[in-house]
Amino acid sequence: MVVDQDRCCGSGMCASVAPDIFDQSPRDGVVQLLVSQVDAGSLPRVEEALRLCPVAAIELARPVSVPPR
Amino acid sequence: MTEMIDDQQHLSEFPATRTSPFHPPHAYLKLQAERRLHRVRLPSGLPAVFVTGHDEVRRLLDDERLSADETAPGYPFLYAGAFESPLKGTFMRADGEAHYRIRRMLSKDFTLRRARELRPEVESVVGQCLDDMASAGSADIVRDLAFPVPSRTICGLLGVPYEDREVFETNTRAMIDTTSTQEQMLGAMGAIMAYLTELVAKREQTPSDDLISRLVVEELQAGNLTRDELVTISLILLVGGHETTATMIGLGTFALMEHRDQLDLLLADPEGWPIAVEEILRHQTIVQNPIQRAAVADIPVGDDVIRAGEGVVFVLEAANRDPEAFPEPDRFDVRRSARNHVAFSFGAHQCLGHAIARMELDVVFRMLFERFPTLRLSVPVSDVPLRPNTVGLFGVDSLPVTW
Ligand code: SF4
Repeated sequence: MVVDQDRCCGSGMCASVAPDIFDQSPRDGVVQLLVSQVDAGSLPRVEEALRLCPVAAIELARPVSVPPR
Repeated sequence: MTEMIDDQQHLSEFPATRTSPFHPPHAYLKLQAERRLHRVRLPSGLPAVFVTGHDEVRRLLDDERLSADETAPGYPFLYAGAFESPLKGTFMRADGEAHYRIRRMLSKDFTLRRARELRPEVESVVGQCLDDMASAGSADIVRDLAFPVPSRTICGLLGVPYEDREVFETNTRAMIDTTSTQEQMLGAMGAIMAYLTELVAKREQTPSDDLISRLVVEELQAGNLTRDELVTISLILLVGGHETTATMIGLGTFALMEHRDQLDLLLADPEGWPIAVEEILRHQTIVQNPIQRAAVADIPVGDDVIRAGEGVVFVLEAANRDPEAFPEPDRFDVRRSARNHVAFSFGAHQCLGHAIARMELDVVFRMLFERFPTLRLSVPVSDVPLRPNTVGLFGVDSLPVTW
């Protein structure tokens, strides 16, 4: 998972649904990742954070399970 | 460009009038059910693309091809004679870096963490208000709770003495009333600006522990901000920080009392309040004036195209009733998951104060109904004074209650 700190508007929506995964910098409110990998159990909350982020600053790269054709 | 005004018959009046205090104007929902985009003429005489769909509101408000700068060609001013807003040139009417430069200076005071830190103070203010209500034996929720709580909170945050609230409470009303003349609007704003200019000067002499002082020390004195910018920012935070939340507390309390079955669910299970607050924000969206943007490039939307130079207006109260996003959207259901509503708008300009507002709403509703579980109107529903469609925020002007 990656976040785009330049896009982030500091809304904190991500940290409100997944405080163990996202935080906001005490300096300027910008998103900070507490983890880089998301385990299956937290996936629904990360997806909710993705949906609620007002500026699409969170990106989730899925592990490729099927080799490209 | 040829103009296509396709739906004026549905929008003969704008902002349209509500027929129920608990539902947005029917005219908007009719447009939404018909098609995703419409082209209408605003009272200003300017044409605009009218956006009512939840998905379109979210996608377009986060689209860099739409500008919040009111000097951009095609910017859809809403009202005749008001082709310049008091916000002109501020970060609220800026894009990209010009917007983020200021927003980044402010956001650390509006994080979730800050909202959590402020909570005990808000609880104590609400507690005092409820004590006063209890000893008076009856109350007007708007006067006795809805205004004092957010006013005190934003005053505390900014370092504005609460005793001086008269200056901003009365003048704010003139600023959001669209029937105010340009002179009244500017006069009201000027009064608050004059007050804040003095306050900033005081904080320059003796900084204390508040947001204005912090901006003085960290930004003004470091040369990152001019004095005018600092005064304008303080004005935006002060005005934006109390009127919106106050209006939402008034209307939300009204809605909860009139949907007794829903309130009973919360009294039985107070854990449900945070989810209920989201539903209140969705179902009772107070923003009546749409969000305005101007297209700076062509934007394909479905099989339509918003052309560069077109104005676009976003009707948040309609988007929050879009059946594609919220099944049975007109049903007030405090247990539904409504968090993806757009009551705080969307995109980079999403309300800076949403975390504090959400916290205040949670504290107020929770404590109010815990203390007075039998709270009810002391006048007939039809006697509750509703704000007219000419005020930027829909709500009630007083809410007499008993218990
Ligand atoms: S939800 Fe998006 S904009 Fe808000 S803090 Fe998280 S990454 Fe930033």
